Amino acid sequence: MISATRQLRRDLETDPTIVDRLAAAKRIPLTDGTTTTFLYRGEADEVLLRHFIYGLPTTQRFERIGGTDVWSCVMELPERSRVEYKIQVTRNGQSQLIRDPLNPRLARDPYGANSVCHGPGYETPAWTIADEEARPGTLAPLTLERTVFGEPRHVTVYEPPRFRPTRRYPLLIVHDGEEFVEYANLKVVLDNLIYRLEIPPMIVALTQSPRRLDEYAASEQHARFIGDDLLPRLESEYPLLPDPSARGLMGASFGAVAAFSAACHEPEAFGRLLLLSGSFAFSDIGDDHGRSPAFDPVARFVNAFRDTPRRVTDRVFLACGTYESLIYENRSLLPLLQSAGMEVRYREARDGHNWMNWRDRLREGLAWLFPGPLWLVYE
Amino acid sequence: MDPMPPIVLLGPQRLRPMLREAAEAIGGPARIAAITGGWEERELEDDELTQHFDGPVVNLRLHHRLETMLADDPELMRHLHRRQDRLQRRRDLYHIRLAHALDAARELLRLPGTHRDLEAAREDAIRTVHAIDDHHVERVQDLDRAFKEDFDVGARPALAYHRQELAEMLGACDAIAIAGGHVGRLLEQLRLFDLGAALGARPVIAWSAGAMALGRRVVLFHDAPPQGPGDAEVHDVGLARYDGFLPLPHARHRLRLDDPVRVGLFARRFAEVRCVAMDEGARLLVTEDGLQHATGCRWLQPDGTVVDTPATSGAPA
Repeated sequence: MISATRQLRRDLETDPTIVDRLAAAKRIPLTDGTTTTFLYRGEADEVLLRHFIYGLPTTQRFERIGGTDVWSCVMELPERSRVEYKIQVTRNGQSQLIRDPLNPRLARDPYGANSVCHGPGYETPAWTIADEEARPGTLAPLTLERTVFGEPRHVTVYEPPRFRPTRRYPLLIVHDGEEFVEYANLKVVLDNLIYRLEIPPMIVALTQSPRRLDEYAASEQHARFIGDDLLPRLESEYPLLPDPSARGLMGASFGAVAAFSAACHEPEAFGRLLLLSGSFAFSDIGDDHGRSPAFDPVARFVNAFRDTPRRVTDRVFLACGTYESLIYENRSLLPLLQSAGMEVRYREARDGHNWMNWRDRLREGLAWLFPGPLWLVYE
Repeated sequence: MDPMPPIVLLGPQRLRPMLREAAEAIGGPARIAAITGGWEERELEDDELTQHFDGPVVNLRLHHRLETMLADDPELMRHLHRRQDRLQRRRDLYHIRLAHALDAARELLRLPGTHRDLEAAREDAIRTVHAIDDHHVERVQDLDRAFKEDFDVGARPALAYHRQELAEMLGACDAIAIAGGHVGRLLEQLRLFDLGAALGARPVIAWSAGAMALGRRVVLFHDAPPQGPGDAEVHDVGLARYDGFLPLPHARHRLRLDDPVRVGLFARRFAEVRCVAMDEGARLLVTEDGLQHATGCRWLQPDGTVVDTPATSGAPA
């Protein structure tokens, strides 16, 4: 029996306009089981697929179909994969990296946007999409005029729907908070999960750093900012539950390092950690951690923790994409956290180092760290 | 014996309120007692609620009364906390037994075929779940009896005062409206303030958790929680103000109504009652003659299907 992929190639040889119809139907890239076919239409000397899957060659070559201007590239993508990519088109010796013109699905990030391919079985979670039934929380600015950095810092605070000063709330401090709102739909996710009773109404402080590669790299100054500047200010401004089990830190990439190192700086102050694709570089011997110099202080911090693991919090939700290079570091951290007596839930997803991956982990992570009254409340 | 006053059970009221129609269905009461204790600290934010009724609405403030009373009576608070801890321990044990029994039942229901041996195994598995539910209910009731014998809450002066005041307030009302919210807290308030008799003597409108609390058993449910397999559980006995129905508010969000195995298992597990999906727009009118009117409801069937109720009246056979 001829496969759908081979049949498509044959059909395209005789009728290249099939591509346009498939694009109009938003079916590109095409999936046939775990076989995914990327398509490009246009004159070119060479077309390459540049994806962000660590473990595969960064580029895959498109092949021209017959004498047409249609190019195809076939990849095997395991179930529930989600892949971000661009297409590199070379024409007359000039190369250009573009988003897939035949695929409207995009994922934005601070550097722009990538095209997105959903493998078989992957669906955008419903709880990440704005629900008009969900009451919205509000974002309020908060300025800390004097900080350990010697300069003001601006924080945005998510106040849950129906916020009341007479009630007490759990607290979550999020590193790179504005990016989480902008690129991972964090506000929508919070509104939805609170509406669905999967997490309790909570105060979420969204922090930013103007020098994140320095401050988030396990810097003691940042940890003091969290513990000595931000936390007391939030306690004075908001009715917060005092128990560590109602206080958490969250971050992704270097933000996860910042969250973990701040927790280490103030053991037991934060009972909940949500660490996504943490940049937990380390070396087993010597100083070569295999990454850029920006990771040097991170590796010193992680190496120190590996030498003497200690309990710094109650629960850690740790997650990483299997298509990112940091999977090794995150897998390595798991047994250390467990051996130190922390309760850890670890999740891997077939995704890369990106905001959509981190968005997709939020429901399980938040609901496990801060369980809502789902079973008992029927409004 | 006086006839049983009518009771109207409703789905969630936030997006499509039906309180005015419900009030008309029970004769348009002049003065209504409102119970919003399931909303906990938001109990008194009942402006929206009162706008749906023509006459005055008196909020019984059960949450506030309980909080104040416990703050003033540490001994009573300790007693209630002890009871809650014991209940929770029993629930934890129930969950362990239930999880295995439901796993087995679901696995058997998912097997293809309908041959006699398989059907018998399925029946046995569901009977086992049923027995675990029954056993849990007995244990909860045993515990209640033991705590009542051990500690006479009715003798606490503050509680006696509140009960008396509530009886007087209810005496001046023609009907009672019970809102949704936290069903555990609501049940505790209704029991502690001894409102069972008052609820049996007046027309009642109840929605979501309010409707659940008035049934014979309170069943908690969610087919797709962020953690765990989503095993529905019998939480407690209810006030048994009506019988024959198990209202399932927010069913379209909380239940996988397109999964015949889960729907069928749910309906067969609670076969002694009709399992009623009650979303926005759902209404049941029950009198002493049984169900008088159902609209916007869906019944979960033992064969795994979900049947819309005709908008006019009556239940399917």
